[in-house]
Amino acid sequence: MTLLLASFAPPYWLSTLIKVIVISAVVPTTALILGMVFLFKIMSWMQSRLGPQEAGPRGTLQLLADGVKFLQKEDIAPNGADLWVFKVAPLVVLMSTLLLYVALPASMHLVVADLDVGVFFVLAIASLSVIGVLMAGWSSASKYSLMGALRAAGQLIAYELPMVLAVIGVVIQAGTMSLNGIVLAQNDGSIFGWGGIGFPYILTQFLGFFIFIAAVQAELTQPPFDMPVAESEIVSGYQVEYTGFRFLIFFLAEFATAFAFAAIAAVLFLGGWAVPWLPTESDWYYVLGPIVLFAKVMIVSFIIFWVRFTYPRFREDQLQSLAWKVLIPLALVNIVVTAVLKVVL
Amino acid sequence: MTAVSDPQSVAALVAEANDNRVNLDFETEGMTLNMGPQHPATHGTLRIIARLDGEQVISAEPMCGYMHRGYEKLTEVRTYPQINALINRIDWLGSFANEVPFILAAEKLMDVEAPPRAQWIRTILFEMSRVANISLFLGDFGLQLGGMTAGFYAFRDREWVLNQIESATGGRFHPNFDRIGGLKDDLPKGWIEESHTAMDKLLAFCDEMEDLLVGNEIFQGRTRGIGVIPAEIALSYGLSGANLRASGVDWDLRRDNCPPGLVYDKADWKVWTHPDGDCFARTWVRLQETREAAKIVKQLLDTIPSGPVMAKVPRIIKVPAGEAYVATENPLGEMGYYVVSKGDLVPFRVKIRSASFNNISVLPWVARGAYVPDLISILGSLYFILGDIDR
Amino acid sequence: MDQLSSADTETPEEAAPATDDAREAVLAEFTARLGEGVLGSHIRVGDDLWIRVERAHWLEAAEVAQSMGYRFFDFLSAIDWLPSPFGRDMDAQEDLVVAGTPAKEPEAMVQGYAGGDTRFQLLARLYSISAGMGITFKCDLPDDDLTAPTWSNVFAGANWHEREAREMFGFSFDGHPNMINMYLPVDFVGNPLRKDFPLLARRVRPWPGIVDVEPMPGVADEEGEGE
Repeated sequence: MTLLLASFAPPYWLSTLIKVIVISAVVPTTALILGMVFLFKIMSWMQSRLGPQEAGPRGTLQLLADGVKFLQKEDIAPNGADLWVFKVAPLVVLMSTLLLYVALPASMHLVVADLDVGVFFVLAIASLSVIGVLMAGWSSASKYSLMGALRAAGQLIAYELPMVLAVIGVVIQAGTMSLNGIVLAQNDGSIFGWGGIGFPYILTQFLGFFIFIAAVQAELTQPPFDMPVAESEIVSGYQVEYTGFRFLIFFLAEFATAFAFAAIAAVLFLGGWAVPWLPTESDWYYVLGPIVLFAKVMIVSFIIFWVRFTYPRFREDQLQSLAWKVLIPLALVNIVVTAVLKVVL
Repeated sequence: MTAVSDPQSVAALVAEANDNRVNLDFETEGMTLNMGPQHPATHGTLRIIARLDGEQVISAEPMCGYMHRGYEKLTEVRTYPQINALINRIDWLGSFANEVPFILAAEKLMDVEAPPRAQWIRTILFEMSRVANISLFLGDFGLQLGGMTAGFYAFRDREWVLNQIESATGGRFHPNFDRIGGLKDDLPKGWIEESHTAMDKLLAFCDEMEDLLVGNEIFQGRTRGIGVIPAEIALSYGLSGANLRASGVDWDLRRDNCPPGLVYDKADWKVWTHPDGDCFARTWVRLQETREAAKIVKQLLDTIPSGPVMAKVPRIIKVPAGEAYVATENPLGEMGYYVVSKGDLVPFRVKIRSASFNNISVLPWVARGAYVPDLISILGSLYFILGDIDR
Repeated sequence: MDQLSSADTETPEEAAPATDDAREAVLAEFTARLGEGVLGSHIRVGDDLWIRVERAHWLEAAEVAQSMGYRFFDFLSAIDWLPSPFGRDMDAQEDLVVAGTPAKEPEAMVQGYAGGDTRFQLLARLYSISAGMGITFKCDLPDDDLTAPTWSNVFAGANWHEREAREMFGFSFDGHPNMINMYLPVDFVGNPLRKDFPLLARRVRPWPGIVDVEPMPGVADEEGEGE
């Protein structure tokens, strides 16, 4: 079967169609999986609850049932809303999420577009979602929404920078901005001549990994950085006026983005789709690649959600000072040290 | 727009503009944010009209009354035992504690004293409702600040206390167990051992909360130095309970002015104060208070005397004429009943002095200049129950 | 003035009335400082102290008490001493009037501790943490002029309590900074805690009355029905 996949070379129109179908199937699925596994089950267990029990075996289909429920809801827009912007905003957020998946490699060839500047593309696209958030907040004609959107925008600017700087260390070490190139560099690397587990960059870029995860938390507006959607302060922020499937789209986008960022972290720091003992040229990666990547994503997601369920939230100004006074200097130090070592070694 | 040429009126206009606009550099006008009556942080139906400049609060004015049930009027047409069921609903998280000061006031007027065993059990149940109430505060305050898990832990462990209260009184939330002259019933079999276990679990819960929440850096960053209330202000607003003790005033009605009928002097315990007066201090004092309450319960459980739980009182209770004010240290602070009797079946007038009413009235003073997230910290740490504000 | 007494209650005679030196001293000091503003007082030994002050000295009383160490503001409210015109069955009486039967004869107005002259009395309580004692203040308000100076400049906490007293009893407080309704809607007519304000719930369903008084545990039922 792997050989079959390897020799499969469809014409351009067909490959495009397949890619579109795959992406539009993968994005909701990943969101469902993360939502189900972490938001419902792991969170419940961490909080000594049972979580959903009824829908499906051990409640595994609860999110599906919720999704159907959302679709049945009336599509309500507030009276004073800017209707067009209000309705488009969730789609803009979803769009940025879909574009993220374009550059994610699930194996050497299982990638929609293997870009040479994959890292750059991913980081640039990720910040698009804030436009949708701003649109949602502005058009909702609600003060809570507006405050949420402005918080989100301020937060994004503060966190884009440490995230980019954290990744630069990896890029310097790998010498490429292609995501596949980074995976190959990690898998083919060796630690002082011992290539037993390749050379996952988390070993050297631990600081980068930490900063990246922190920035991802902020980017995803999850606790401890969930000020834009803080329920107890501004009542879910920019999402407050959304109902039904538009809210569902926000939800999907949030969790699919979480999955995508976890995948990016896995690619950048944990060796991506590759396992060290199998050469990267192997055709087995057509099957194995997605599984390996998924496993690593689950590990990273667990860290992300673990923090989410445990910590209280920062205040907006505390977040800004954390970003500008702690994370950015740390990231800069990381870059300098990485660059020096790269040249010296 | 009228033409303004007179320099004096120009000056007046500028002064007015200075008053209206907070930030003249950016010419922002400010915004009125209506928090509530259905805002999650107001746990209930408090409404706060906050005037904001960006995220900074210029003024915050609480509006209550969405839950006013007119208890003071209703007490005038109900007999004393009936009122007992009514006032359970004032602070619904520590309901047994609501009954005690009223019953003690009636006992004072009637010159009745409950038998020792009843006094012991009263004190134990009083402290248990304090534990049930404040343990929920610890979780809920975490929830307000975004730490979801704390809230669930609080609900989980509060259940141990509620089970004990239920098995003794028959009611989880509204026991209606206290009677003039004693208690409705004696304790069930095995209750004392189970209560020991429950209190041990609650002590463990306090340690857990200290690790999970109070010791957390983010939590401290959100609460330290926020919403500082100096002692003088606290006294003048009539803040009581942990809110007052967190401002450094060493005053606890249980120790300093314990009405007869409660046996706090039979247990060895401490009153905790904190000098800072900020949100963290209030949380910290409450955490210690929960521990102390659990310790009081454990000590009193070991020393319950035997005997009846009900004194001799007439079947139909007529309270002799007179006036009495009895206040106890309830979970939320000082709760007192000023009972005026005219020797009838019903009281002539009952003034309910509830803790949250005074505690929350300081909000306009303390919220000025805070940020919206701080407003949540302040509201959460002042810890009010809507039924206790509106009565 | 005279103490409250009622016919159907026996007042036990105390053999030797104890004295409460601490409260006597407080009362003496307070009287010395307020002068003729103190109209009446009452001490229940070991329990509480009531002081009735003249309306003109109401604000001064707060200041004096504060300087004496009574800095903790407990509450401020009021009492309407008018016996309820409806009786316990409340509005059932009003229905009787409508039906043509004359209403019950109103009882005499009897004020409580520390006496009183008027129907409405302000009631406030301050507490001294150092002394461990409280003082309950009373102040008569004449029916035709239900105003009093505000305490909110002395005790900030009085602000809300005065707002509550205003809407519940229809008082007004001179110099109060924010005299708006606390509980009631702005278009609400009437002052609910006045005794002549009918409780509408009672109109719909009359008071079940004495039948509902439950027997106390351990006390045999008088009719022998038992529990």
